[in-house]
Amino acid sequence: MATQLEPATQTDEDAFRAEVQQFLADNFPDELKGTNNALSGVDGPTNETPAQKKWREAMGARGWGTPTWPKEYGGGGLSKAQAKILEQEMGKAGAYNPIGGMGVMMFGPTLLEYGSEEQKKEHIPPITRGEIRWCQGYSEPNAGSDLANLQTFAEDKGDHYLVNGQKTWTSGGQWADKCFAIVRTDKSDKHKGISFMLIDMDSPGVEVRPITMISGTSPFCETFFTDVKVPKDNLVGEEGQGWTIGKRLLQHERTNISGGGSLARLMGQSLGEIAKKYQPTGDDGELADAVLRDKIADFEIRWNSFLLTARRAVEESKAQGGVSEISSVLKKLGTKLSQERSELLIEIRGLQGLGWEGDGFRDSELEAVRGWLFGKATTIYGGSTEIQNNIIAKRVLGMLDHQ
Amino acid sequence: MAVLNEEQEMLRDMAREWAVNESPVTEFRKVRASGEPEAFNRDAYATMAEMGWAGVIIPEEHGGSDFGFMSAGLVVEELGKTLTASPLVMNTVAASAIVLGGSDEQKAKWLPKLASGEAIATIAVDEGATHDPSKIETSVSEGKLSGTKAFVHEAHGADLFVVAAKDGLYLVEKGDGVSLATRKLTDQRSHADVTFDGAAADKLANGGDNLLDDVLDRARVLTAAEMLGMAQQVFDDTLAYLKQRVQFNQVLASFQALQHRMADLFADLAQMRSAVEAGLQAVDGGFGVARAATIAKAEANRVMHTMANEGIQLHGGIGMTDEYDVGFYLKRARVLEQSFGSSSYLKDRFAKLSSY
Repeated sequence: MATQLEPATQTDEDAFRAEVQQFLADNFPDELKGTNNALSGVDGPTNETPAQKKWREAMGARGWGTPTWPKEYGGGGLSKAQAKILEQEMGKAGAYNPIGGMGVMMFGPTLLEYGSEEQKKEHIPPITRGEIRWCQGYSEPNAGSDLANLQTFAEDKGDHYLVNGQKTWTSGGQWADKCFAIVRTDKSDKHKGISFMLIDMDSPGVEVRPITMISGTSPFCETFFTDVKVPKDNLVGEEGQGWTIGKRLLQHERTNISGGGSLARLMGQSLGEIAKKYQPTGDDGELADAVLRDKIADFEIRWNSFLLTARRAVEESKAQGGVSEISSVLKKLGTKLSQERSELLIEIRGLQGLGWEGDGFRDSELEAVRGWLFGKATTIYGGSTEIQNNIIAKRVLGMLDHQ
Repeated sequence: MAVLNEEQEMLRDMAREWAVNESPVTEFRKVRASGEPEAFNRDAYATMAEMGWAGVIIPEEHGGSDFGFMSAGLVVEELGKTLTASPLVMNTVAASAIVLGGSDEQKAKWLPKLASGEAIATIAVDEGATHDPSKIETSVSEGKLSGTKAFVHEAHGADLFVVAAKDGLYLVEKGDGVSLATRKLTDQRSHADVTFDGAAADKLANGGDNLLDDVLDRARVLTAAEMLGMAQQVFDDTLAYLKQRVQFNQVLASFQALQHRMADLFADLAQMRSAVEAGLQAVDGGFGVARAATIAKAEANRVMHTMANEGIQLHGGIGMTDEYDVGFYLKRARVLEQSFGSSSYLKDRFAKLSSY
């Protein structure tokens, strides 16, 4: 059986590759080549160019922005092997995936797992076409790392819930159409009193205030709910199942934050190469500052072993058919290392590496400064490093609950 | 853990079972108590060779199994867990020098013996206390090699030395013109300054200009594999200890201050394993070996260093006693850390390989 299938599969893959190449030639606008959709993780304001719109619509129509999602809900219905081919060919063509954001990274996969048939039919297709922006209603002023302490209350009013409370760190809240939120439906039980529901951001009683961060940007908001009516149809799963569903969604978030692959692209250029442009070198071409050179090498060695670790996690997961236990360390390691890299970049550039705005700074320098500042958030959100340590100690190492 | 093939899994399981049952740390204690400078159990090494472990990287036509360095690393890792004292690592590295640089005659003469355990080989490169292959004074004149090598691993048991001279690597047999001065190090293993005084030397002429680097990279990845086993064992022992030791009416494992340190060590260990396995695989693949081996040993040095220190600290007072094993790992760790490239040497090498 297997020997018969292999050549056939190979032929299929070749045919699919040709199909992708043709699609890209027909639809990917030349002017977008090499640009990217860097903000897809945190939805930015709507300012699509006609070319960007055309590209998004072409990908959305195929479902290839969400290549492995089921076809019946607008996904690409591709196998993992086909998705890999798509990714490879897009890479070769300098094309980016225009379908992104929280709907794709977190909410979609969770709804596909827990949503009702009606909910999937209603909410998944617009995500696959990149038409609807989702935001995350999780954290509250008194529910950060202790997320289950959330107080936003959804009162049962028969045919609908009446929601009151405040969410914070709502990523992209000012641009979002809808919010997936965890709210309290029962005050008597900390974890079992939580439910997962979907709230329209244009409902009466929703107010959004952007928060300015130390990086000068406002990717997060405070979101206030005052007597907001939410139809019962918008409850995902059962009442009280919200904590389970909400945690599942966080697993998708963590995988995305640590993501060795995309980090590798962002951090592609060797710090040593950059340093040679800013720092004096000796006759041998080596950096003259031996201490700085040592720091850079020390970092790059650890960064390389992180990339190897991320790759190993993928290989082990494939071989075991489940999540490898080292996946639990990727967020903790990846975020710490990228912060370290930002700090080293400043040391390499000196004050030239601390520019805020204006003439005299390259775009790459200014972006690095904002990235350095915003990067401080990565060890806090998505489950802080301390929370990751608790999870590793308890779930992986079998140490006892400290509380 | 890298994804292994079936024969690698069998090899690892066999090594694990043998190390746990036949060569636990109590066996190392016996070797230490014997006070013999060669510091390994000949019968145990003969058994290891019978199981094929001395020939894992030796081609089949010369009596080995040719399974490669990833496979050799699996065995070495398991033996590292129980601090098994043997010349296996050095013999494997020395054999690789002959595989890479030897003539057909040299291979036929030595490799079958090294694979069967009938003879033991080691490498003699450094001439000072700090690893630096650019500082070699040993020279050869009319087939006679002269010079002094410092802190040669497994020197006492060696029948054959692969010696680095100014103009390349040479095979020198134990005997006339070769004398050993024992250097007792903290790991209680075999180390000696070896003086070659006009000893008969047979050049390994086929390995090209990079033969010494290639051999040292093999020493680095296998040493790193031994350290990986040691680090894993210290971690496992420490975790088990924290789970049973009670203070303030609770097991230590319930204290968050200790949990987070263990989580850090767990992450470090994951990094170390990835780097070491990639180094071993690079040697087998023959691509990017220098860089991968440098990363492997640098990460092994970094993580093993911390792991040994934390192992002692987290064991508390009993970690300081000779009765507990954890101190042995610390002492062996530092010897390996300083061999074939300290962290500063390796970082410098990484920067050079990356052109900065």
